[in-house]
Amino acid sequence: MAFTIALAGNPNSGKTTLFNELTGAKQHVGNWPGVTVDKKEGIYKKDRETNILDLPGTYSLSPYSAEEVIARDYIVKEKPDAVIDIVDGTNIERNLYLTLQIAETKIPMVVAINMMDEVEAQGDNIDFKKLSEFLGVAVIPIVARNGKGIDELMDAAVKAAKNQTSAKKLDMFDENILSATKAIYEVLVDSEVGSGQTRAVSAELEWKAIKLVENDEIVLGTISEGQKSEIEAILKEAEKHADGDLEARVADLRYKFISKIVSQSVKKNKTVHVETKSDKLDKILTNRILALPIFAVIMYLLFAITFSENFLFVEGLLSPGMWLAGLAEDLWAAFGDFIGGLIENASPMLQSLVMDGIIEGLGAIIGFIPLVWVLYILISFLEDCGYMARIAFVMDRIFRRFGLSGRSFIPLLMGFGCGVPAIMATRTLDTEKDRRITTIITGFMPCGAKLPIFAMFVSTFFAGSNKTLVTYSLYMLSIVVAIVVSLLLNKFLYKSEASNFVMELPRYRVPTLKSIGIHGWEKVKGFAVKAGTIIFISTILIWGLSNFNMDSFNGVNAENNEDGSIMSEMDDSFLASIGSAVAPVFKPLGFGEWRPTVGVATGWIAKEMVVVTMAQLYDDDVSPEYLEEYFRQYDAEELEELGFEDGIYDEEAAFDIYAEGILWEGADENALPSMKNDIKTKAAAYSYMVFNLLCMPCFAAVGATKRELKTWSRTGGAVGIQMLTAYVVAFIVYTVGNVIS
Amino acid sequence: MMTLKDMNPGQQGVVISIGEKGPMRRRLMDMGVTPGISIKVIKVAPLGDPIEVNIRGYELSLRKTEAENIQMKV
Repeated sequence: MAFTIALAGNPNSGKTTLFNELTGAKQHVGNWPGVTVDKKEGIYKKDRETNILDLPGTYSLSPYSAEEVIARDYIVKEKPDAVIDIVDGTNIERNLYLTLQIAETKIPMVVAINMMDEVEAQGDNIDFKKLSEFLGVAVIPIVARNGKGIDELMDAAVKAAKNQTSAKKLDMFDENILSATKAIYEVLVDSEVGSGQTRAVSAELEWKAIKLVENDEIVLGTISEGQKSEIEAILKEAEKHADGDLEARVADLRYKFISKIVSQSVKKNKTVHVETKSDKLDKILTNRILALPIFAVIMYLLFAITFSENFLFVEGLLSPGMWLAGLAEDLWAAFGDFIGGLIENASPMLQSLVMDGIIEGLGAIIGFIPLVWVLYILISFLEDCGYMARIAFVMDRIFRRFGLSGRSFIPLLMGFGCGVPAIMATRTLDTEKDRRITTIITGFMPCGAKLPIFAMFVSTFFAGSNKTLVTYSLYMLSIVVAIVVSLLLNKFLYKSEASNFVMELPRYRVPTLKSIGIHGWEKVKGFAVKAGTIIFISTILIWGLSNFNMDSFNGVNAENNEDGSIMSEMDDSFLASIGSAVAPVFKPLGFGEWRPTVGVATGWIAKEMVVVTMAQLYDDDVSPEYLEEYFRQYDAEELEELGFEDGIYDEEAAFDIYAEGILWEGADENALPSMKNDIKTKAAAYSYMVFNLLCMPCFAAVGATKRELKTWSRTGGAVGIQMLTAYVVAFIVYTVGNVIS
Repeated sequence: MMTLKDMNPGQQGVVISIGEKGPMRRRLMDMGVTPGISIKVIKVAPLGDPIEVNIRGYELSLRKTEAENIQMKV
């Protein structure tokens, strides 16, 4: 028979490790409806009939976070065939708190005591038989990291599912609470007439009754008005007998019951708090003086290993991330050349579609994959070893002011390299609110691809000023805007969500390679498939708009073009027409002309495209004569290096190479003076840079946003906020700039 | 009356009560902060907030504004 077995447990209890161990790499990561929480499913390696579902890690089944609501809704409403409750054996007291709550739902369950290797190393002794007698369900010792005890665990879980073995009635509450629960149960039963008093129904009502005693607002919301007053009367009476605080009494009694079980079934080697290896390490890593320098070094390494072109300060040494990205791009370019060779004789339109549309579009994804992979391996390492919680601990003070948690630091820092892995790193944040806000403001960060825009505009318009300072001011601006937008979102959009920082600082542990490997692979796969689709489609769309116009379809282009192609030049394309129509919108920002407008749009393919497009559209002074003159400074060998075939100057190739050259050339070579026809003042130029810095990021980043925020409406909302911010800030910059000059 | 916020690293005390009803108190109780339990302050974060405590055999961190609600007896 096919069973669905759900894994439940505290965060850091080894749940993910167990899940990976049970399912191997064959996992399916989806999302729970309506929230940005992962829904992981897989098939048990050793029995393809058995489904494994990984519930979000929670400390309790209270309805105060998205994760808790998901876990309990699934257990109570969807009713898996059995639940495996994973308990961290080194921290058994707090872990059993969730166990008791799952037991109350009367779902068939087994308890897995994990980290038995550490328990034994500590010299502690757990009496599983006794524990099992207390709870009425199987209790199995396991070591998830090396798979020890897992077969026995799965046998027990399947047995529990078959026999419907749920926990026995636990004798933990006092008279007062028991009678209140019973009275509420009776009220609830009265309304359930006709649903046939099955075992499942009465178990659910009993669970509801307990939750009502605990003052659970969600359950209270499901009760009819008539019953509500009856129940409230019962609760009021019971409160009197519990020093006016029924909720605290319930939690207290649960923990007292746990203490009783633990005192009889667990023999601890040391009863007082003693310093472990982990404590000693923590003394250094979160030391008053050393913590911030160590943090800075670790963050630098994280950034450098992923994005650095001068790794470890060695000139020209690529970091593993950049090296792999370059390798992937080279391979893709070679593949592109191969395809280009195959369709050499096809029509120019097909060539352009395949080469400029498809190959280029997919190429945009390929380059990101190694970055996502490397960054994710590093982040998983920080997460699994326990340092991530310390980052939050160290940085909380600063980020709290902006309404975020210290963990938001990592995505924001990564945003300076590339928004795509940065946005995907928001997954490690604790609350849904943090995830959403951080995803939005990560788009404001000046990623590597935005740098060429700054280089080009600063060279053209700010030649006489301190160029470094102008660029630096844009960096600062992005940070200020991120903070202000975060504060505004906190104030207006997510104001109801109270933030708290009651967080476990887990022990430091050496992560398993397998767990990290699967994690990284999941990320890459998710990005390539889900974000890839968006990038691909958007790129083709922009390609179509920038290469065709009405005359493409009435034969005029075909007649005029020497090669008979129906395509048009970019300055004559649909995109140019749309740009002209939209341009007036940007008038208040100082660049209400069609060419800058089109530049913004092509920037969504990849931000450096702004530069390429501008170079193409403002090619007036880049005449063939100018180019010939320009490239005369290079000899044949250098020309070949620049991309001219066989080192021979070629007029057609010259333009592309020159346009791309703006990306790699230094200093004033970047200037494109003819832009001044449209963008007339420094204020307008600065405003244009600001708009490109803050507006919708590239399609790849939007794809990553969609993957994290899950729904189109939320993704659209995020992009809307980014567009609005860009517009407002650019407007302020332009207006103030005009006043000053 | 002393609160958890007033305690210094190394000090140990027993919880007397935990502030106002609401999600935050619920969260604290779910994490094992219940009346009668002993808490030891381990350290204060480098920037002065939050604090780290040892409770029921594990390390918990919480902000000073949250610690302020927890009445303690040393």
